[in-house]
Amino acid sequence: MTDQRRSIAVFSASVTPDVARGLDLAGYSWKGIGSADEAAEHEPAEGWSGAIIDCTESTESAWAFARSLRKDDTSVSIMVLIGGAQIAELELRDELFDDFCLTPFHPAEFETRVRHLMWSNNGTVEARTDVVEYGELLLNLETYQATIAKRPLDLTYMEYELLKFLAQNPGKVFTREILLSRVWGYEYYGGARTVDVHVRRLRAKLGEEHANLIATVRSVGYRFGQSRWGS
Amino acid sequence: MLDQHRDYVLRTVEERGVRLVRLWFTDVLGNLKSFAISPAELENALEDGMTFDGSSIDGFSRIQESDVLAVPDPDTFELIPWSEPGAAEARVFCDIQNLDGTPFQGDPRQVLRRHVQAAHDQGLTFYIAPDIEFFYFEQPSEPGQRPVPLDHGSYFDLTTSDAAGDLRKETIRKLEQMSIPVEYSFHEDSPSQQEIDLRHTDALTMADSVMTFRLVVKEVAASQGVHATFMPKPLEGVQGSGMHVHMSLFRGDENAFHDGDDPHQLSALAKSFMAGLIVHAAEITAITNQTVNSYKRLVPGFEAPVHISWARNNRSGLIRVPIAKNANPLATRIEYRSPDPGCNPYLAFSLLLAAGMRGIEQGYELPDEADANLFEMDDSALAKLGINQLPQSLSDALHTMENSELVHDALGDHIFEWFLRNKRREWRDYKTHVSQFELERYLGGL
Repeated sequence: MTDQRRSIAVFSASVTPDVARGLDLAGYSWKGIGSADEAAEHEPAEGWSGAIIDCTESTESAWAFARSLRKDDTSVSIMVLIGGAQIAELELRDELFDDFCLTPFHPAEFETRVRHLMWSNNGTVEARTDVVEYGELLLNLETYQATIAKRPLDLTYMEYELLKFLAQNPGKVFTREILLSRVWGYEYYGGARTVDVHVRRLRAKLGEEHANLIATVRSVGYRFGQSRWGS
Repeated sequence: MLDQHRDYVLRTVEERGVRLVRLWFTDVLGNLKSFAISPAELENALEDGMTFDGSSIDGFSRIQESDVLAVPDPDTFELIPWSEPGAAEARVFCDIQNLDGTPFQGDPRQVLRRHVQAAHDQGLTFYIAPDIEFFYFEQPSEPGQRPVPLDHGSYFDLTTSDAAGDLRKETIRKLEQMSIPVEYSFHEDSPSQQEIDLRHTDALTMADSVMTFRLVVKEVAASQGVHATFMPKPLEGVQGSGMHVHMSLFRGDENAFHDGDDPHQLSALAKSFMAGLIVHAAEITAITNQTVNSYKRLVPGFEAPVHISWARNNRSGLIRVPIAKNANPLATRIEYRSPDPGCNPYLAFSLLLAAGMRGIEQGYELPDEADANLFEMDDSALAKLGINQLPQSLSDALHTMENSELVHDALGDHIFEWFLRNKRREWRDYKTHVSQFELERYLGGL
């Protein structure tokens, strides 16, 4: 079932012997790369068939790489390698990976996961939902348009991204730090106040009637929609 | 990241049926400039910028090459809420570049970008919240006519037929639609004078917001046949219009101006920043107060600062340290009170930041707080305290600016030299004008 024409990008500062052996034994063609630039340089004409991203060393550049891969090609299959203590890193990044494998791993598990990853890549692409709905709020992710009670909302890009993130995770409380890292990304250094500024702007645009969709949770952060505990 | 921004803008233009995209930028004197492109050209504009001839824009002219590029900043893309139904329009602020892609020296937005970036490089974000005052007048039937206020209300007044109040309400609605949240708004002290206080945001966004703000205020007023003006002192004998600038520096999530152990809640960094403002206040005044008329506001008796001093709760000083609500560490800030709303916000914020940062870099010592009423002290008492005055006229201010290495560095050669040339000409025109005051005073008796 291996795809000989295309190969797997292995993003890692140094590809460990375990990973190299596992891929070789399973018969995959692969290429170790250390940066997004290198990935672009070595990318096969047909694009990567999949990517294995090692998050154990430089988490930030690993996620940045996953994000850049997804941006170019939403169908590329991504598996991340991650240490047991880092598991929280996966939270709220569901869109950036298809599977993960804890390191150190058993070679058989690694091989099975890689095979399954490549299999699902050859099968039908998972249908991603294009619409987020909450009460009277509607977000069309494909056209980037938002409406509240059928009234269009005119948002700036970052306002839209923040609203999208919140609406995709209703009922959950987020700290400003989490919102900043998940919505703005690491490259942004404006600080947590940026989040407050944007929440204030979103509330104003949602209008008085709907401003309470985004609730302030005192000394924690923000929550979109009703609490999961019904308060 | 930038690709997604671009997609977002292009898709929104398509989905919302935008017919016209207005590219906004600002000339050296702080006038908003705009040219419109069709949606078909937008993709190209976002990619490569739009070339235009800068030679007719105030402060953009150069000897060799007059063409410059307007490069839209997709973060600032917004639909214009007062466009006609069915013919949606959008605006986007632009950075001006040379044809080779380097920042154009004459672009005030690029100047502020450079200063904000320098602060970022030291881990600091500069936050600003301005309180902006302005007047509503009846639409003048001829230019130069004495302005007629809409009402004779006063501070916090709520009059029954408050036409100005309705205008203010509509203005705030439009501002919020354009991502400019308002903190307070009220009738100010003088007849028909209004104040709108904007919520803090980073300096670059705030300078854009001030530009949008001035346009929205004027648009809404004009739609009701009213003239709104940011002229610093339109009426003699009552308060003029200022733009008090509240400032703070944040390091990540921490307010770098706050120190809970200090009796004033001010950090050492905040004190050096204030000292920088005090040392360089006179040098930056030509920029924060750039008209002949500005100096008619900066006189004793009308709540405008005259002396270069600071205090916690003394509105006669240049810098006030407001007491933070609920002792909230995030709200610790300083308020710089001399600027007026006729200034170029990009250049004014740039110089405030540059002066403050100079104080931090050089470890300037903050002088003592001046909590007495300075207007009641004579010159010798002030001299004993080491308190100087702000420049007394545009001419004074230009003279002080001209000798300032700080302002020269901060603005760059192009803007520094052009501004001085342009404003000296303004002063010369004013100097040769024979005023009503002179005719009334001298014509009969001499």
